[in-house]
Amino acid sequence: MAGPKAFAAAILLSLLVAAPAKAQTPLTEGIQIGLSTDNVSITAGFSGADLTIFGSLENPDPLVARQGRYDVIVVLEGPPKPVVVRRKDRVLGVWVNLDSETFENVPVSYSVATTRPLQDITEPNSYKQLSLGASNLYMQPADAGDNPATIEEFTAALRERKGAAGLYSENVGGVQFLSQNLFRATVRLAPNVPVGTHKARAFLFKSGLFIKESSAQLEIRKSGFEQSIFRVAHDYSFLYGVFAISLAMLTGWLGRLIFRKD
Amino acid sequence: MGIYLPIAEISVNVFVLLAMGAAVGFLSGMFGVGGGFLITPLLIFYNIPPAIAVATGANQVIASSVSGVLSHMKRGTLDFKLGGVLLAGGIIGSTAGIYVFAFLRRLGQLDLFISLLYVVLLGTVGGLMLVESINALRATRSGAAPVLKKSGQHNWIHRLPLKMRFRASKLFVSVIPVLGLGAGIGFLSSIMGVGGGFIMVPALIYLLKVPTNVVIGTSLFQIIFTSAYTTLVHATTNQTVDVVLAFLLMAGGVAGAQYGAKAGQRLRGEQLRALLALLVLAVAIRLAIDLFVTPPNLYSLSSASLN
Repeated sequence: MAGPKAFAAAILLSLLVAAPAKAQTPLTEGIQIGLSTDNVSITAGFSGADLTIFGSLENPDPLVARQGRYDVIVVLEGPPKPVVVRRKDRVLGVWVNLDSETFENVPVSYSVATTRPLQDITEPNSYKQLSLGASNLYMQPADAGDNPATIEEFTAALRERKGAAGLYSENVGGVQFLSQNLFRATVRLAPNVPVGTHKARAFLFKSGLFIKESSAQLEIRKSGFEQSIFRVAHDYSFLYGVFAISLAMLTGWLGRLIFRKD
Repeated sequence: MGIYLPIAEISVNVFVLLAMGAAVGFLSGMFGVGGGFLITPLLIFYNIPPAIAVATGANQVIASSVSGVLSHMKRGTLDFKLGGVLLAGGIIGSTAGIYVFAFLRRLGQLDLFISLLYVVLLGTVGGLMLVESINALRATRSGAAPVLKKSGQHNWIHRLPLKMRFRASKLFVSVIPVLGLGAGIGFLSSIMGVGGGFIMVPALIYLLKVPTNVVIGTSLFQIIFTSAYTTLVHATTNQTVDVVLAFLLMAGGVAGAQYGAKAGQRLRGEQLRALLALLVLAVAIRLAIDLFVTPPNLYSLSSASLN
């Protein structure tokens, strides 16, 4: 199993060249994150892990930094997929899936790490504008003409289910400044983390104002015997079926040879 | 010991699955049925997604049927011609079943439909068997001679056209009910992941008047091919056959079946049938309860890429 070390991302130091002595106007701040590897392999026994992402601020204002008014939010977002949310209702006493709502481009997973609780960093409105945070993430209904109340209800259910599955998580305090420039973010990879291209994004806030965003890509794939079977089942499904049948026939025949009692 | 199932995408305990396979194999050997109707609900109780439980159940049924057919071939209690016609019907029914399966899955009603079919079929078959075996037990206790069904009796089925002669079964009957029966079983096989022996056997005996000694062998023979076909189609259209899961069940199953067959010889027929009936009813009741109990989560998510 891949230990946390395998996920350790490289430190991407911004150029800490001594600022020119005569610089009067503060340069605009920037943010950078870096990953030591662009792909992570997890094995079948994977039971979740923490992924550490290092990053740095560019041109931070020392005064603001000292007062702790820089905030960083790091998100690891899984590949977007369409999702159907269904609601069960009682029909003649039996629970039946009745209403449903389809959403497009829903990130399969969404793991957030922040310096402070989200509500302390900035206004709810700016989260909405940035579509940032599991509870602010914009879920795009496939049919925008549906009743807004229904869409709202199913959006809430979608977030709740994703959270319950551990796929949408928040790690308050998961981003820590190691120095004025350097920070470390710890995002959770759920045991059922989906494979595919994940996007790591870092958002920089200064005194509650959004300054800049930076992103990097990370490929998560499963490795090992089980994954080969999964791939064969999807890519060569006919041969896979023939194999499954042959295996069953062989097992039946061998079973009779070995255990026969008549 | 945990193992990760590649298709079901969950971790399970190897020994639980081996034991499950062995227990069902034991019962199937004892009662002469494939055991698919027990494996699939058990997998569902064990949190395997129903779509995968069904496809994998069909795969597992092949192994137990092969193992059973071999002993019937040795004894010559197998009508290949009757099995062939049943099979032709089975392929048609199974193909139709696969389309219905994929359609229901897209609608989000597959799980419900599988449970309902199980409750109705197992409830009916289990109930009828229980009544029949209790009557038989009473009759033997009171000392009355058991009433034998006369195989020469004709019913409406024997008046249908397109008659065909099945020598091994000493039968001259229309192919329409044979094909129809095969198609019905094939349909159930692809939707429920069962071989269908628990319906096929009584249908062959009571409807077509096939002699009891060739019924089980012939039924198993056609089940091998219907299940193989079902497995193949599920593998190619739905990618829901989990070969690791199937293998664990089979390994336990083939071992259990041979011991079960031996244990079955020590019990009397009507006692055996009463026990099987109780078992079938218990599974049906358990599935029925799940339909009515308020689920912990009313909302469920599923991928929408199945269009």
